[in-house]
Amino acid sequence: MYPEDFRYTKEHEWVRVEGDTGTIGITDHAQQELGDIVYVDLPKPGVPVEQGKTIGSVESVKAVSDIYSPLSGEVMEINPALADAPEKLNEDPHGEAWLVKIRLSAPAELENLMSASQYQSYIGAEK
Amino acid sequence: MAAAASLRATPLHSVHCALRAKLVDFGGWEMPLQYSGIVEEHQAVRTAVGLFDVSHMGEIELRGPEAGKLADFVSTNHAQKLKSEQVQYSALLYTHGGFVDDILVHKVAEDHYFLCVNASNQEKDFEHIRQLNRFDARVEFTSERYAQLAIQGPHALAVLQKLTPTNLAAMRYYWFTDSEVAGAPARIARTGYTGEDGFEIYIPPAEAERIWNEVFEAGVEYGIRPCGLGARNTLRLEAAMALYGHEIDASISPWEAGLDWIVKLEKGEFTGRDALLRQKQVGVKRKLVGFEMRERGIARDGYEVYVDGVPAGWVTSGSPAPTLHKNIGLCYLSSDHAQIGRVIQIMVRSQPVEAVTVETPFYKRAR
Repeated sequence: MYPEDFRYTKEHEWVRVEGDTGTIGITDHAQQELGDIVYVDLPKPGVPVEQGKTIGSVESVKAVSDIYSPLSGEVMEINPALADAPEKLNEDPHGEAWLVKIRLSAPAELENLMSASQYQSYIGAEK
Repeated sequence: MAAAASLRATPLHSVHCALRAKLVDFGGWEMPLQYSGIVEEHQAVRTAVGLFDVSHMGEIELRGPEAGKLADFVSTNHAQKLKSEQVQYSALLYTHGGFVDDILVHKVAEDHYFLCVNASNQEKDFEHIRQLNRFDARVEFTSERYAQLAIQGPHALAVLQKLTPTNLAAMRYYWFTDSEVAGAPARIARTGYTGEDGFEIYIPPAEAERIWNEVFEAGVEYGIRPCGLGARNTLRLEAAMALYGHEIDASISPWEAGLDWIVKLEKGEFTGRDALLRQKQVGVKRKLVGFEMRERGIARDGYEVYVDGVPAGWVTSGSPAPTLHKNIGLCYLSSDHAQIGRVIQIMVRSQPVEAVTVETPFYKRAR
């Protein structure tokens, strides 16, 4: 369920690092908690982001929830598919429905994040 | 969730768990928020049929020779005008004219009125009515005697008809009858909180699980879905029905909430009447109006409303409307701004987002 090559935040984002690029999304647990997602608000390319700071929001029928950046860097690209099809976040949160790609400025921050097994025990404990 | 132990549960709690519902604390009750998803459940009710556990709702019964007089003294609508087996939407008010609760009054007989009240208000309502009772009537708190299911949607009648000898097609909207469902005694009312045709049935708690399962099986061929409070909320909001704690509470009067039609001043004395008369003379400062978002953004409960940059009210309920594919809401606006077509700004997370006031209900079913 939770890919081994991702790292996870306590706020239920994931990041996959390849070279100096980090791809960011929300976890399957997050989409389940939110329910039917109807809006996604994302930053524009070029915007600097900081680990643990808000970069946007995800809104469901029931509630709105902030997205926090797992790592620091600069936004390179946002997922263009989500503007018209935010429900993809319910269907494939770890794949097709990634949110943004950032160019990492402090890769060492990865150490602050959880592994897949740590995240799974974290959400297990939260229940 | 550690708090779960202190929450109250309905007789169908294990059914919800088996269906893997997402459960939430709703006014002290652990209730299903959703099963498959709010949008899917919402659409099932609009296009097929949905089944809701609403056993958390409270029941209070008035019995005795002056039960009707008591009903009229504590409620705003004209209870004694009801015929037996008729239902009426009404309100309990404080003497200052604010809402204690909104209720459904069922006239069972001249000496017996059956009230369906909001879950989180039931003890308060019971005390309120008891204290006002100076009639030859008894006030009974009977919530423990009933589980309640709502079967709602265009196929609700076909589904329920398979399980009852009562000719449901002959029942009119806002009428009820005491009959049987799946062989168990049931009070069947053609009422609902979704804007669709449908029924609410009051059944013995010990039979609730069996009846739920039988209704469900009877509904499979019609595409029945279990529906949670999330869909119940989006459905009632599209139909612009009030929810206690949002559109109405102790600080709001029926005039402000647009519920003039459930206030019968001419029926004579009732609790809150003097305050309502005074308010009617002076006029109200604010009114409930519907709005649609014109720009991207969803209004949520409690968001501030501005007109021309000046604070003018607050959002009572806001949500995407699954049937309408719009973002809608209800808000209180100062009376001078409360006309249809008024451009307003909703503060969505510190950003003003444009909306416009519109006619309600937002959704009306084709008849």
